[in-house]
Amino acid sequence: MAGASGREDQRDGPPLVSLRGIVKRFGTLTANDHVDLDIRAGEIHALLGENGAGKSTLVKILFGLLQPNEGEIRWQGQPVTLANPEDAGRLGIGMVFQHFSLFDNLTVAENIAVALPKGEDMRSIAARIASVGERYGLALEPGRPVWTLSAGERQRIEIVRALLREPRLLILDEPTSVLTPQEADTLFVTLEKLAAGGCGLLYITHRLEEVKRLCSGATVMRAGKVVAACDPRQESVRRLASLMVGSEVMEVRAAAAHQLGPVRFELNKLSLAPDEIHGVALKGVDLAVRGGEIVGVAGVAGNGQAELFAAMSGESRAEKAGAVRIDGADAGRDDIDARRRRKAAFVPEERNGHAAAPRLTLSENVVLSRHATGGVARHGLVDASAAKAVAAEISRVFDVRKGRVDPPAGTLSGGNLQKFVVGREILREPGVLIVNQPTWGVDAGAAATIRQALIDLAARGAAVVVISQDLDEIFAIADRIAVIHDGHLSATYPAREIDREKIGLLMAGTAEERPHAA
Amino acid sequence: MDIWQAVLITVITAATPLLIAALGELVVERAGVLNLGIEGMMAVGAACGFAAATLSGSSALGVLAAIAAGVALSAVFALLTLGLATNQVATGLALTIVGLGLSGLIGAGFVGTSREAIPAIRIPGLTELPGVGRLLFGQDPFVYLSLALAIAVLWFLGRSRAGLTLRSIGENHTSAHWLGLPVMQVRLLAILFGGGCAGLAGAYLSLVYTPFWSPGMTAGRGWIALALVVFASWKPLRVLFGAYLFGGATVLQLHAQAASLGFPSQVMSAFPYVATIVALVIMSAGRRKAAAAPGSLGTSFVPDR
Repeated sequence: MAGASGREDQRDGPPLVSLRGIVKRFGTLTANDHVDLDIRAGEIHALLGENGAGKSTLVKILFGLLQPNEGEIRWQGQPVTLANPEDAGRLGIGMVFQHFSLFDNLTVAENIAVALPKGEDMRSIAARIASVGERYGLALEPGRPVWTLSAGERQRIEIVRALLREPRLLILDEPTSVLTPQEADTLFVTLEKLAAGGCGLLYITHRLEEVKRLCSGATVMRAGKVVAACDPRQESVRRLASLMVGSEVMEVRAAAAHQLGPVRFELNKLSLAPDEIHGVALKGVDLAVRGGEIVGVAGVAGNGQAELFAAMSGESRAEKAGAVRIDGADAGRDDIDARRRRKAAFVPEERNGHAAAPRLTLSENVVLSRHATGGVARHGLVDASAAKAVAAEISRVFDVRKGRVDPPAGTLSGGNLQKFVVGREILREPGVLIVNQPTWGVDAGAAATIRQALIDLAARGAAVVVISQDLDEIFAIADRIAVIHDGHLSATYPAREIDREKIGLLMAGTAEERPHAA
Repeated sequence: MDIWQAVLITVITAATPLLIAALGELVVERAGVLNLGIEGMMAVGAACGFAAATLSGSSALGVLAAIAAGVALSAVFALLTLGLATNQVATGLALTIVGLGLSGLIGAGFVGTSREAIPAIRIPGLTELPGVGRLLFGQDPFVYLSLALAIAVLWFLGRSRAGLTLRSIGENHTSAHWLGLPVMQVRLLAILFGGGCAGLAGAYLSLVYTPFWSPGMTAGRGWIALALVVFASWKPLRVLFGAYLFGGATVLQLHAQAASLGFPSQVMSAFPYVATIVALVIMSAGRRKAAAAPGSLGTSFVPDR
């Protein structure tokens, strides 16, 4: 690719930025333990690691948001102190955040203007947005309010905002997690242009294919420490994965061949106005899931997944009872408990605050979702010992690791709490299970346990719907795949017959043809 | 014609303290801080303003003292909510209680005293114009000041760089911090501005509207100012509209009471409050205007270290 030779030339001088022996502690937790990292000008450097490996902490230190307890930051060989993001900005360090740092009710131009240094001419901003947009292929409409934009467009704002400050080092935190495959391709072209222009890039991700494709250096972190520094182009994806996880990566086993049962969960022309101001309306959603199969719902975040889940679980009720059918019975007007009594179970996306109440103990959280279906509450009174027994059973079967017997849910790590909330529903042996983002932000081991449990549940005859933004996950476990875009659900396609490109087009809403197969 | 002019002038007089207090609170809330202490700050402003003016004999000193009292009380609020990250709702309510008590203490020696109201402006040749002269050119200085304040706030929020910074901080303080914007400083300044406005509004009550001090003379206007900001969807011009609507309803019910239409007087006294809230609710409903609420409103900001 262009600029590759130029990049090699710049390898001789001191690195653009060096981190040496960085230590950051939060209470008893050591988030960064003597971390070293070098980034050179013109290099795209990957920072790899699982959730909780300490990547975000390190990046916040490099951007002046956190102060290290020990260690040194050198900028072009000179020691520097980064007391706040302004210091980092002055040196030319820019950042594109994973959870966007945008202001929803401001326009695109205002979002960009507010981040520029004082004394910049506000009137020429639209022109400058256009010129940067043209140079890097990042088109934006300056007058639009941000909340009307898609995730991909929002990320473009973040990138243009960073580029307008002409950064010498650009940090990107999980930039492709909200993009369709095609949008990601466009982003990679932009990043390569930037690197060719001499900018250093620190690319944080856990997607290894991207790293191999884009990066010329990689630093792998695990549990706060650097475990390897390597050239990702020379390594296999498998080896990079095992460096990240620290052991061989578990893979899920496909279920043994089994017969599909009758349709157990059905949506018929389900339309629903959103509850929230910036929500998405569901438009005529049709779906039929048979016992014994997993249907994956792919899509870019914010295209109606939350609303679809709420409509399926009964948090939002349909207008017509027939719009949602569980085991052949109309359930559209049922509330969530009535649907649970029909042997349906639900795991929402947000573990802390939606799937579980973080300050309540695990056994109390058992009561929260099981009180309607018996066993833990009688005559309006909680049977605490029964609830504790259920919590213990869930913890045993799903290997939930915890410090105490019955701790508050919020004290569990993300992966362990997710195993708990998924396990709580699966151990009920539901006939229908609806899960939203089953493994979002959990470690690989927990993700594998959860995915295996979903596959096994379907093999026992349940109808399972998995809403996920992770295409790898959907391909790993789903029998059929549908894509949600702007509140429309596509037809379902057998997972073996649809490729990523086709899914990407559906995710972007650009696949025109209406398929007849279902 | 002159009757209408007289009525409109009383409408404006009733609206002005609300407008000033609400504009101050609007700026505070757009910075993401909810200060429920307006009523208390207004009361302290009214008491201090009247006391200072009576003791010094100077209305101007009275006004300055009122503003200073409002700023001082809001500084306490800022210290607690920004410095110690206390709950803004509880702190604001406490501020109202403290302010009402404090104003009674300060004003205790002045109950029953009365003084000349701050006079209206006279511009020879213009104020005497028939029909509109006194309406346009013969108001007291606060009226012009409050209108200028509305325009200034509108311009500041919509057009200036500092206003953009303030709105961003109110919208999402975490993002603003990440971008290197001075969250705490901007919020502090906004809170002090809001306190000054509330103090000024209090001075208007005790130095112009009814030129004497009596405990509880703010009569819930601080709360109406708060409601105005919310139902005006945090927009300065709508606050202006709401304040004048309230003023109009106040005057209307006074005339209705005078005409003895047979409604209990308590019902009539409640009318302006009800009418204003109903009108603004209707305006803000149906257009999904809740989106206008600043995203970080009422939440404390504590940066990581």
